[in-house]
Amino acid sequence: MRNLMAFLVGGLFGAGLLISGMTDTRKVQGWLDIFGDWDPTLAFVMGGAIIPMAVAWQMTRTRRPVFGGDFPAPTDPTIDRKIAVGSILFGAGWGLSGLCPGPAVASLGFGGWGGLAFLAAMLIGMGLAPMAKSRLDAGGATG
Amino acid sequence: MNIDWLYGLIGGGLIGTAGALFLLFNGRIMGASGLVGGLIDGSGRHDWQERAALIAGLIAVPGLAALVMGGADTHLTDKVWVIVVGGLLVGVGTRIANGCTSGHGVCGISRLSVRGIVATLFYIGAGALTVVIFKHLLGVL
Repeated sequence: MRNLMAFLVGGLFGAGLLISGMTDTRKVQGWLDIFGDWDPTLAFVMGGAIIPMAVAWQMTRTRRPVFGGDFPAPTDPTIDRKIAVGSILFGAGWGLSGLCPGPAVASLGFGGWGGLAFLAAMLIGMGLAPMAKSRLDAGGATG
Repeated sequence: MNIDWLYGLIGGGLIGTAGALFLLFNGRIMGASGLVGGLIDGSGRHDWQERAALIAGLIAVPGLAALVMGGADTHLTDKVWVIVVGGLLVGVGTRIANGCTSGHGVCGISRLSVRGIVATLFYIGAGALTVVIFKHLLGVL
């Protein structure tokens, strides 16, 4: 049941990305292009997604996950170097390409060779991240 | 209201509903980079089936929808260096920061997570700056 629900969740997520236009790199880069022909669509997508999610977080206060286990732990308020450095690197790649991880996976079926190459590069980057992370941790300890 | 904004709102509602179901039923956060990245670095070995099932749905449904509609254009650049450098940065960055647009953005902001909000400000800021530099100043995008 967990896996069936996960499949449905992935399908709904993918349908949402396609309908909202977030698999179109022009719309995403249009959102980031504040000095050009700015496209506010991404703000509507974020707003539309945050509302049901906020309701769900409220519901987690009085119940437990339907399939058992526990809800994710409360968020850690610590702002470390990793969150800043990682998000800046991610933002730079997002601005260059117009793709973030969700749409990069969701467009695999229609993104052509370019989309496949992007996904491959992204997976390599994900494989390299633990090394970069431990270097950042070490750097944080010494200075 | 621009029709694209309406599609954005509807599509966003579906994304948020997906995240809400994953949280309430499976007790998990729907973050694309974490779900995929955990399969790459081995940290998600114990629940790989759940991750793989979600990713299968994420690929299959828009793929089939695009097939029915006669294709969907991603308008991705054909510059190989942009694709490769962009992909590497997105992969390494999201895993260092432990989240992307879905995890930190949608799932984090909706629970008023300070880390989610800070991460979102950083990646949108860096993305906007990158577009300014590479599109308007250097003219390569």
